[in-house]
Amino acid sequence: MSNQTRFQAFLSEAGELSRFAARFFAQCFRPRYEVSEFIRQCYIIGYQSLPLVGLTGFIMGLVLTLQLRPSMVDYGVESQLPAIVGIAIVREIGPVITALIFAGKIGSSIGAELGSMKVTEQIDAMEVSGTNPFKYLVVTRVMAAVCMLPILSVLSDAISLYGAYLGVNVRGATSFHLFWVEVIDSLAFNDVLPAFIKTFFFGFAVGIIGCFKGYNSKKGTEGVGHSANSAVVLSSVVIFILDLLAVQITDLLGFN
Amino acid sequence: MTPSESVMKISHLYKSFGNNHVLIDFNFELYKGENVVVLGKSGSGKSVLIKCIIGLLKPDEGTIDVFDQCINDMDDTELDKIRAKVGFLFQSNALYDSMTVRENLEFPLRRHWIEVSQEEVNNMVMEALEDVGLAHTIDMMPIELSGGMRKRIALARTLILKPDIILYDEPTTGLDSITGSEIISLMIEIKKKYNTSSLIISHDMNCVRRASDRVVVLYDGTCYAAGTYAELQHHTDPKVKQFFEQEFKQ
Repeated sequence: MSNQTRFQAFLSEAGELSRFAARFFAQCFRPRYEVSEFIRQCYIIGYQSLPLVGLTGFIMGLVLTLQLRPSMVDYGVESQLPAIVGIAIVREIGPVITALIFAGKIGSSIGAELGSMKVTEQIDAMEVSGTNPFKYLVVTRVMAAVCMLPILSVLSDAISLYGAYLGVNVRGATSFHLFWVEVIDSLAFNDVLPAFIKTFFFGFAVGIIGCFKGYNSKKGTEGVGHSANSAVVLSSVVIFILDLLAVQITDLLGFN
Repeated sequence: MTPSESVMKISHLYKSFGNNHVLIDFNFELYKGENVVVLGKSGSGKSVLIKCIIGLLKPDEGTIDVFDQCINDMDDTELDKIRAKVGFLFQSNALYDSMTVRENLEFPLRRHWIEVSQEEVNNMVMEALEDVGLAHTIDMMPIELSGGMRKRIALARTLILKPDIILYDEPTTGLDSITGSEIISLMIEIKKKYNTSSLIISHDMNCVRRASDRVVVLYDGTCYAAGTYAELQHHTDPKVKQFFEQEFKQ
């Protein structure tokens, strides 16, 4: 495939994705509301992702602290370790790593599930059964991803900070109370709010890309695999792009 | 059987995908209580035809009237009312993997806003499952069932709304000859029991011979020949003959 064809294919897919997102906004506020399916998706997307997100968050906090410690000791600012780790986790690492784990688990799962439903005609069967499949499958999943990722991100931050507390205590002795006072004192409103807001956009990106890839899956099992894979890859890239934009916007608004 | 009331009429139907002209001036009429088989080679546009009838694909030109109502320009709400009267058996069965057999059967009942109590829902589910002889699978997942059982469950889901018309998309494809034969028997029983009209898409000559009151040969996107199985069996046109010669060889 020539570069020109690739570029055309990229633009065409970007256009299709934008149209898909516009269709989401057009349908999500109109009845019939699929409340029970939305709650079921929140359970699957949110609750069932918690162990994985919690585990990675814990390891991330612990490892980050252990890696930072020698440099902090060299500069003689070891006492600032809880503050530095706290800012790093809450402002940047927590939301982004959680979103990437979320993209890996949920993006691929949505892409594969909808792709499989598409190739086995289950989506057509839904339409024949008096159901708007876009509303039932896409709107509920995207809404659940938008609502669940911020909650998971907050929980992941908390677990991550607990990991950091253990990391601090591997070679030192800081009380749990003192550690948290140090972390909370170092954080300002400007650190927490933009980081929290961007997770809604990350959730939307993971949900809409997973659904787009699955819903437009080509025929055959190879197509299902491709949908799942490309959903993860594209979601991850979009998360980094959104993060870059979020940093620029918060900087522009004076939040940094 | 004397065909009387027309339940579906297709007039001058055209459908293309780019330069691939799948249906060209296709005309057809289905009467109450008859089973019509649309016979054609793979890729001849049989599945496209029934997807146009159920509203999953929009025709480029022509009209499709179901119960004297043109479905071409219907909105989703109107189309859903028609779909409640038209059952569709998918080639791949299209059972929902994440739901049990009971939930699969309840799904169309709940989605078509049919107001029935839970007790009535249970009775309807059991009746549909008994019709296909699989009442014991009610709490099983589709993955636990064999290919033939899945086809029967899909048929039970099609029957649950007591449709007046049933569209079968290659009902015996992917099944061994014995299971395929059982499905055909079931289709014949269902027609007798509920007096349904059926449009069966198939290239399985056993299915054509046993299940059809009338056969339509779809060739080059058009209704090439029509008649009873016996009439078409002795047809002199080579394009029609090839289907029946193939059966003789088998």
